Amino acid sequence: MKAAVLVFPGINRDRDMARTLRLISGREPAIVWHAEKELPFGTDLVVIPGGFSYGDYLRCGAIAARSPIMDAVRAYAAKGGLVLGVCNGFQILCEAGLLPGVLMRNENLRFICRDVYLRVERSDTPFTRGYNAGQVVRVPVAHGEGNYIADGETIAQLEGEGRVLFRYSSPDGMIDPNWNHNGAINAIAGIVNERGNVLGMMPHPENHVEAAIGPTDGRGLFAGLVEALDRAA
Amino acid sequence: MKARVTVTLKSGILDPQGKAIEGALRSLGLAGVSSVRQGKVFDIEIDGGDRDKAEALLKQAADKLLANTVIENYRVDVLG
Repeated sequence: MKAAVLVFPGINRDRDMARTLRLISGREPAIVWHAEKELPFGTDLVVIPGGFSYGDYLRCGAIAARSPIMDAVRAYAAKGGLVLGVCNGFQILCEAGLLPGVLMRNENLRFICRDVYLRVERSDTPFTRGYNAGQVVRVPVAHGEGNYIADGETIAQLEGEGRVLFRYSSPDGMIDPNWNHNGAINAIAGIVNERGNVLGMMPHPENHVEAAIGPTDGRGLFAGLVEALDRAA
Repeated sequence: MKARVTVTLKSGILDPQGKAIEGALRSLGLAGVSSVRQGKVFDIEIDGGDRDKAEALLKQAADKLLANTVIENYRVDVLG
């Protein structure tokens, strides 16, 4: 795995992400500043971590989505390269037009920072091959704007094409408004683009990978990516 | 030249902030407020004096950055 972690001013989860990538892939990821015009040669995974790029000014992710490096990410994604956006990274991917829809203020207007349960909807993608379909994983969220929404046509398309990879659920996998902390439509926590190579998700799998800290349910996502990339190589 | 771009949420898009403001106005005892939607105003200074050019420029600015047209509408006013 030759991962590249993008850094914008105000991003603060880049080190957690780099630590997890190093831990699970055994390789140091490249750290790429937003003003760069190209990704490092041979990059096979672009990760846009969480944080508060540009202080969430204008709209979350709006200014970062227009930085020079995002043109390179667009070109890389158009060739099928894998892209993972977490939290602010998901917001940036939506603002950049790489994923449909938008992340609105949480329904209860509060910043929510705690563990949630996600139901993994399918296991036949590079991002979820480390899990079983229907498996429930426990990972943290930390966001004020995670309430996913898109127009009805887009939602129907996402659902029809099986592009919702993660949903907020109860610990036993039930979809229930009481377990949908931010009010996202259809309890959507993570989606992929049409081609299936760009994933955006609000929760932070990178923060639950070490037994010393707590649950390790986040490992599956990264271990699966390593496996998928090793196969491709 | 001075201009103003006003960005508002499309109808049908839930506006939790507007709802909270609406509730706060009611709790202040301001009767008669039936609904609040929050938006943004950008006051922009434009070089030169060509109104049509200014309008075209601002539309570009709104489409490319100031508004997310998935959820927002915008209006451009060149004030002169």
